[in-house]
Amino acid sequence: MPDLGKYAEAVLSSYAVSIALIAGLIVVSVLRANRVNKQLQEIENKVKSNG
Amino acid sequence: MNLNALWEYANPKKFIQTTDRVLPWVAGSAALALVLGLIWGFFFTPEDYRQGSTVKIIYLHVPSALMAINAWMMMLVTSLVWIVRRHHVSALAARAAAPVGMVMTVIALITGAIWGQPMWGTWWAWDPRLTSFLILFLFYLGYIALWEAIENDDTAADLTSILCLVGSVFALLSRYAVNFWNQGLHQGASLSLDKEENVADVFWYPLLVCIAGFVLLFVALVLLRTRTEIRARRMRVLLARERMGA
Amino acid sequence: MIALLIRDFRLAMRAGGGFGLGLAFFLIVVTLVPFGVGPQSTLLATIAPGILWLGALLACLLSLDRIFALDWEDGSLDLLATSPLPMEALVTIKALAHWLTTGLPLVLAAPVFALLLNMPTEGYRPLIISLLLGTPALSVIGTFGAALTVGLKRGGLLLSLLVLPLYVPTLIFGAEMARRGAEGFDTTTPLLMLAGITCGTIALLPFASAAVLRVNLR
Repeated sequence: MPDLGKYAEAVLSSYAVSIALIAGLIVVSVLRANRVNKQLQEIENKVKSNG
Repeated sequence: MNLNALWEYANPKKFIQTTDRVLPWVAGSAALALVLGLIWGFFFTPEDYRQGSTVKIIYLHVPSALMAINAWMMMLVTSLVWIVRRHHVSALAARAAAPVGMVMTVIALITGAIWGQPMWGTWWAWDPRLTSFLILFLFYLGYIALWEAIENDDTAADLTSILCLVGSVFALLSRYAVNFWNQGLHQGASLSLDKEENVADVFWYPLLVCIAGFVLLFVALVLLRTRTEIRARRMRVLLARERMGA
Repeated sequence: MIALLIRDFRLAMRAGGGFGLGLAFFLIVVTLVPFGVGPQSTLLATIAPGILWLGALLACLLSLDRIFALDWEDGSLDLLATSPLPMEALVTIKALAHWLTTGLPLVLAAPVFALLLNMPTEGYRPLIISLLLGTPALSVIGTFGAALTVGLKRGGLLLSLLVLPLYVPTLIFGAEMARRGAEGFDTTTPLLMLAGITCGTIALLPFASAAVLRVNLR
């Protein structure tokens, strides 16, 4: 860890918040993608078996 | 490459097929560039003689601020494509990009505020750049809210694309208005040390890598989210058909 | 076109038409400010131009959903859309009617309310001129927002969220003009910017509002 001096709190908190937000966005996007994908496949299977 | 061939990707099925192949690579490169750039910037660059170690915040603040603006511009272009050519993928790509742009704006705001704190002594200051980003945040919020409020997909696409157009003009106008508004205070104390100033090489190269990482991250997320929007739309269409058929 | 204007004006004027509400709201805001910030007259004098502009803006905002809502609900908007009147003219008339029944009264009331906030006397003329120049823009921009949310139940909050960022340039230049005037400085620059924005919005935004209305009436 480099010596951040008196600004350590500022620098570390910016990195922490930014990385957290990016990670959160990625997680939400991936989870939603998987969920929608699954739901779509269920509906498409249902439609295929009905039609 | 024939530019007309690009329109083939406007076909939802073709878009999903192509991104099936392309997305892993984009995501991988994004991860690589981000990790590389941030580690390089955080651990292996010196302090600035004026700003101390806070200069390290540049590796987050500048790329996110750039992407906040670029995301909106991408939304503007895709909205125009929707208005003119009515390619659903385009409208959905705009919808997909908005939350990403909004998060970028928030990161720019928070890092900007934290960076300014040692200089201004407060956690928030109505600096022209920060204020403009706050207004941009509100534009993103309104755009996303409008998409969510309207049930009919095509109506929502039409209304949000017009909003994006009008919003872009007003966002630009606001930028000038805010600069004018802030003239009186803190002359020269606005957040400098970004692309406009001469950034020394030793800071510049890791910054470039971080910018590249953020761009790739944006592209990866928009591709992923557009795929989701395409599938969600298809789901709504199938459900509607079922309700009418049954 | 004149007939539509007169009709909207009459509708706004009758009981339940919401005519006095904007004014009443403006008065309430101006009354509440000293409770919020304290009664020292020097402080109030300093913030008076800004508060008056804000109060006028918020009062305008409140009446926006009335622009199309009533006609939407009883189907007259569909009828108006099929009339030979171009949609762009329709939205402009609607904006004009809104300004006449909401914006203009606010401009006329502003000097009276400025008294309550101890605004210096040099400030009155710039305040009135800035409001006179700026409120039409607020009506035109508000009409755009109202057109976007016309079909939505309880779209009022969304309407505010969409319209307020669009109001920022007008507010900045309008309040700046009023402030500079109150302090005795030259007001040319903000005045020109404000006038420019108003003219630009009146000239261009009706096209967007008309397009939006067409989409919602499909």
